Amino acid sequence: MNLFTKSLMAAAVTTGVVAGSMAASYAADNIKIAFIDPLSGPFASTGNQGLSHYKFAAQELVNSKGGVLGGANFEIVAFDNKISAKESLIQLKVAIDQGIRFIAQGNSSGVANAITDAVKKHNRRNPDQQVLFLNYSAVDPALTNAKCNFWHFRFDANADIKMDALTDVMATNKDIKKVYLIGQDYSFGKAVAAAAVKFLKAKRPDVEIVGNELHPIGKVKDFTPYARKIVSSGADAMITGNWGSDMVGLGKAVIEAGFENPIYTYYAASDGITKTFGEAGEGKLKLVMEGQLNPPVSDRAAAYTAKFEAQYPGYDIGQPRIANVIEMLAKAIDKAGTATDMVKVANALEGMEHDSIWGTKVTMRAKDHQAIQDVHIMAHTAKDVKFDFDSSGYGLKVESTVKMASADSATTCNMKRP
Amino acid sequence: MSLFIVNILDGLVTGLLLFMLCSGLTLIFSMMGVLNFAHASFYMLGAYFGYQISTYVGFWPGLILAPIIVGVIGAAIERYGLRRVHQYGHVPELIFTFGLALLIEEVVQFFWGKSQMAFEAPAALKFAAFSIAGNAFPAYKVFMIFIAIGVFLVLLYILTKTRIGMIIQAALSYPETVQNLGHNVPLIFMGVFGVGTAMAAIAGVIAGPVLGTFPGMAVLLGSIVFVTIVIGGLGSLWGALLASLLIGWLQTFAAAYNLRMADLLTAIGLTEPADLAQSLLSDLWTLTLPQVGPILPYLLMIIVLALRPQGLFGKRET
Repeated sequence: MNLFTKSLMAAAVTTGVVAGSMAASYAADNIKIAFIDPLSGPFASTGNQGLSHYKFAAQELVNSKGGVLGGANFEIVAFDNKISAKESLIQLKVAIDQGIRFIAQGNSSGVANAITDAVKKHNRRNPDQQVLFLNYSAVDPALTNAKCNFWHFRFDANADIKMDALTDVMATNKDIKKVYLIGQDYSFGKAVAAAAVKFLKAKRPDVEIVGNELHPIGKVKDFTPYARKIVSSGADAMITGNWGSDMVGLGKAVIEAGFENPIYTYYAASDGITKTFGEAGEGKLKLVMEGQLNPPVSDRAAAYTAKFEAQYPGYDIGQPRIANVIEMLAKAIDKAGTATDMVKVANALEGMEHDSIWGTKVTMRAKDHQAIQDVHIMAHTAKDVKFDFDSSGYGLKVESTVKMASADSATTCNMKRP
Repeated sequence: MSLFIVNILDGLVTGLLLFMLCSGLTLIFSMMGVLNFAHASFYMLGAYFGYQISTYVGFWPGLILAPIIVGVIGAAIERYGLRRVHQYGHVPELIFTFGLALLIEEVVQFFWGKSQMAFEAPAALKFAAFSIAGNAFPAYKVFMIFIAIGVFLVLLYILTKTRIGMIIQAALSYPETVQNLGHNVPLIFMGVFGVGTAMAAIAGVIAGPVLGTFPGMAVLLGSIVFVTIVIGGLGSLWGALLASLLIGWLQTFAAAYNLRMADLLTAIGLTEPADLAQSLLSDLWTLTLPQVGPILPYLLMIIVLALRPQGLFGKRET
């Protein structure tokens, strides 16, 4: 009997449950997934939206289909990390103490870096209570390169992959001669800028990078001075990895300052962002992301999206990959035949090929645990949008697709397997 | 040069907006002797009320109604909350306003959720007033400048030229004497608190469409407001104006010019290490002015406090 079932037993006894039913109730016990992300503060909307999608996906894709391991349901347990790495580590500890073995986190690569280190350390010290880190959004390339470890799986395309896809598309647009790069001052913002410089140099050496700067994350009250610089630089396009209110603030200021050219972004959609941009963003805002909502790839995808919107009014499927996380985890647990032996689950997840509800194939690359999938360039528009965001009439429509983006990209990951 | 002029104007907008928050706070501080931590929360309430009203009857009625509602709420909080806590001393008052700030943030999230609201500038002002070398200056910002200057002039007139203003000024310094002369000082305090919060609400309504209406907006502006009134001198309207403009320009120009620390260090005779990644001081060498920008107001506050503890225009030691 391992520590996990022991602690469960202790809990059962203290709460007055008859201990004799333990064996029978084991299969029906919920498999808990800790969701550690900001649920309060400036980035709360992003966190809450992810949480609602997790709950929906767990119910819709797993629990309503009989669960995993012949009847165990997924249960999402929310922890508020207030977007702070320190707070996240405390919440991680709490989650582990509650016996939770699957950790889902995505908002902020700074937090993800802290969690992946903590998980690695925890698993080394507690071999019979190991946990898995399901990173569904943090896209700092380091997480699957220099800092990669066996317990971390990334389901989003990382910043390099997204930039690779984005620059593939930009390279075909001969009107773009000057590009301005701006981002939040932390690991992810720096990764975006570095990738943009690298890929633009390789694919379009004639393009001049007229600005490359970072601003404090979540602290800029007014982006107007930055917008002035961007307009004055004469840029034909700008690229930003900003998210949350930093994205809205920057985008609105730039458009208001008279910028007429495309604004390539990673996260300028949903969470009120789409509604806030509205008409002003039409024809200007572009996104690079996975997960095609418009036009819907299949009846199944359309039904899934429609049901989510009906069940969680006010929220959108802003992070479609969450459906992949849940489905792939369920598959891995079933294949491994256990939800407690993390080495087996991780081995099952490693190299898994999955047909996503969003129409793409997803491969969890074994050498660095980076998901490889189709990446799209989408436009913020009101035309031909079946599933809008923020009930605003505006949504994302796929403009171009890079199939299995960066499938053969190099990695510096030197994975140590247990 | 054209960019310089644009930045002057942008800084003016930021500064005047800050002033509308600070003017109320500085009056409330000199009145109660306690920092009102919830002041920026009233600014946020103003923005949310303005947004909500604008969805029914448009922006303009919101600009009038939201500050009135917030002012009444502020006055009620002073009358039924702060005044009761007042007898227990300053620390309970401080904690009361701190709790109030947290409460307002939660209430806002409860009713409006955590996403950013689509608060739009009125259609009549949605055009570029003028453009300097390709940089559009929105008409809405011109409107913001005029509103802020208007508020300042009205406030200045009331405080210095009218009877009620003189009673307020007297009550700020010698409340007992004014009370003995037969004036209702608690009523004056309530009125000042109400007007102060209403002014924060005006700032909220006009800033909401530009800086964004979201639950984090109060926190984002909260600390800088205190810095401003400390620099300007507590209780001084002119001080608040000067400090607000100073900080507005400081932040705008710091963000607008990419001065590099490396250039500065080279200019004073140091040589850049060949391999920055290996150098202990690599962070120092790669710093740029926009990165340092957010700490400049706090630096200014420390300098002002060290050289002139009462602030630029302050009359009393704090």
